[in-house]
Amino acid sequence: MYEADLRATAGQTMAGRVGAGANTRLPELYRTMRRIRTFEERVGELFVRGQSAGSMLHLSIGEESAAAGVCAHLRDGDSFTTHHRGHGIFLARGADPARMMAEIGGKEAGYCHGKGGSMHIADMGLGHLGANAIVGGGIPAVVGAGLSARHHKTGAVSVAFFGDGATGQGILYESMNMAALWGLPCVFVCINNQYGMGTNIAQATANPNLHERAAAFGLAAETVDGLDVEAVAEAAERLVEGARAGKPAFLAVSCYRFYGHARKDKSPYRDPVEEEAGRRQDPVAFARAALIDRGLESESELDRLDTEIGSEMDATIDFTVAQTEPPLASMFRDVYAPEEPEPEPVRARIDRVLARD
Amino acid sequence: MALQELTYRDALRKALADAMTENPDVVILGEEVGRYGGAYGVTKDLIKEFGAERVIDTPISEPAIVGAAVGAAMTGLRPVAELMYVDFIGMTMDQLANQAAKIRYMFGGQIGVPMVLRTQGGTGRSAGAQHSQSLEAYVMHTPGLRLAMPATVADAYHLLRMALTKPDPVVFIEHKALYTMKESVDLDAEPLDWGKAAVRREGRDLVIVTYSRQLHYCLEAARTLSARGIEATVIDIRTLNPLDFDTIRAHVERTGRAMVVSEGVMTAGVAAELSARITEECFDFLEDPVVRVAGEDIPISVSTALEAGSVPGPQLIADTALRMLAGRVPA
Ligand SMILES: Cc1ncc(C[n+]2csc(CCOP(=O)(O)OP(=O)(O)O)c2C)c(N)n1
Ligand SMILES: [Mg+2]
Repeated sequence: MYEADLRATAGQTMAGRVGAGANTRLPELYRTMRRIRTFEERVGELFVRGQSAGSMLHLSIGEESAAAGVCAHLRDGDSFTTHHRGHGIFLARGADPARMMAEIGGKEAGYCHGKGGSMHIADMGLGHLGANAIVGGGIPAVVGAGLSARHHKTGAVSVAFFGDGATGQGILYESMNMAALWGLPCVFVCINNQYGMGTNIAQATANPNLHERAAAFGLAAETVDGLDVEAVAEAAERLVEGARAGKPAFLAVSCYRFYGHARKDKSPYRDPVEEEAGRRQDPVAFARAALIDRGLESESELDRLDTEIGSEMDATIDFTVAQTEPPLASMFRDVYAPEEPEPEPVRARIDRVLARD
Repeated sequence: MALQELTYRDALRKALADAMTENPDVVILGEEVGRYGGAYGVTKDLIKEFGAERVIDTPISEPAIVGAAVGAAMTGLRPVAELMYVDFIGMTMDQLANQAAKIRYMFGGQIGVPMVLRTQGGTGRSAGAQHSQSLEAYVMHTPGLRLAMPATVADAYHLLRMALTKPDPVVFIEHKALYTMKESVDLDAEPLDWGKAAVRREGRDLVIVTYSRQLHYCLEAARTLSARGIEATVIDIRTLNPLDFDTIRAHVERTGRAMVVSEGVMTAGVAAELSARITEECFDFLEDPVVRVAGEDIPISVSTALEAGSVPGPQLIADTALRMLAGRVPA
């Protein structure tokens, strides 16, 4: 169960932690998490304003530490895939939030020209091999990317990010087995937010110790509490560097999905008491308190930063609203390579049939 | 004998509830079918009525959901498996096409697989490339599988009830844009037989053959055409397998013109099959080539404009019919 899984750390801070202060990346991790949180809040606003393409928007609020902590150890040339709740991961890897928001609005200026949307954002330039709306659909690609990295001796790792729900998919186990068998530079990151839509993890598996499965296949495997982004980052550093050296890994990050599955879901299947406790497992608030507590930042400095981020993310909405829809003819583009002929429109085919005398 | 206002969703739910009441061996299994009540609400509260042993929430494991339904059907249960989106059918294709569809035949007729696979497809929600497809052709292309696609509230009820009496696997594809459609229906009225097409409108000038949501677009187009002096017959095939070609043939022979309308992509799709069949079997009666109005040969975009542009609508259907009959009617 969720309760048992997470240490009851609400309200505590990490003062007195070994190594606190010197060389900490906490300010940077906090900034990344705050940007994710604020971006996701603006995605919610875009929907409320009727400016999003549809309502299948999955916010990663509550799970920012997984994105920030793992991505802190990725470098140029590394690649990754995400699930449908992947906005935060992409932001943590350096995405332009305005182009992301425009994609979520289905606009031409978006990362995928309005073809993909929230669940299919990608940017090959940043190593993002694609977000996926098929649960588990993006996982095996990292095995292929691992083969590529080995073949070309690039030293790159490839990371699959997915939810606890994807642990129900056989393809995860096929992929982990291959990665372990061939010693590929792959990392499997399971963001365990306790729910797959309305199904609690305990209702989806008899053994919620997810890392044990990966260990059984021969991967380095850990579970970490997502409340503490530094703990996530430490585990990620170990596992990512291990993967680079040929020991593939699995990391489960325990957290809580603060809001509904998608924008229209009010989570009626969750106990309000549980929700309240879950939302207290807030990695952003936890990191903020730790920064102040350790004297790394003052409250007013952080307020200023938060305001700055607020303005940055407000601008993504203004940008999106001002953008145009993709032109209708663009729908035939990119079915095949640009040098190949586009599919012939149905209207053109009908014209030919009817032109016959 | 009473008329009642029902939505397509309500009718499906009632069909499941009635079947479960009548037959204790009917069980439902799928993702979010129980406590959540189904991603589109079709199984809402059935778990309260029939319990968690008959309304079974599964992990996100599509191949095993379908495969478990196959085994259950072979051993005395009457399973209704649910795939949240037809787009996931590819993941289950081995269980569906190599197992469910072939077991009766491979094993020399010893046993059938009386299961229903309920799912939904189509555009209309900006759900993007992996949640908006019309994949009925995959199913129709697989001998051994039956295929029903209800377009009306009454059919949602009756076709599902009938599917649950069939000896072979039935794939039952709902349309996501129809769930909230309301109709006044009398569910006690004698339903059309399974495998019989419904002639939704009769007219002398051409036949439009269609199914699922496109039926409503075709009827809308037929009203537009009627105002322009063209009268169309609109046939809703309801079950794609078995296919009632006799009804199609009779009307094509009478009018001499046929258009086939489908939301699925045009190439090698259901419209292609219907068009080929009409051309082959009604050749001597046709005044014009059979025209297909179907989905573009492209994936579906999340952009609402591109999404709507990717599939037929009433205007394209009406325009095409007008052009087919150009010169034959007053301009
Ligand atoms: C193959 C497949 N099955 C089902 C779905 C419908 N679906 C979308 S998200 C989801 C829950 C996923 O849960 P999890 O993997 O834990 O990710 P989370 O939403 O919690 O981030 C489901 C069942 C899907 N998109 N793809
Ligand atoms: Mg989850």
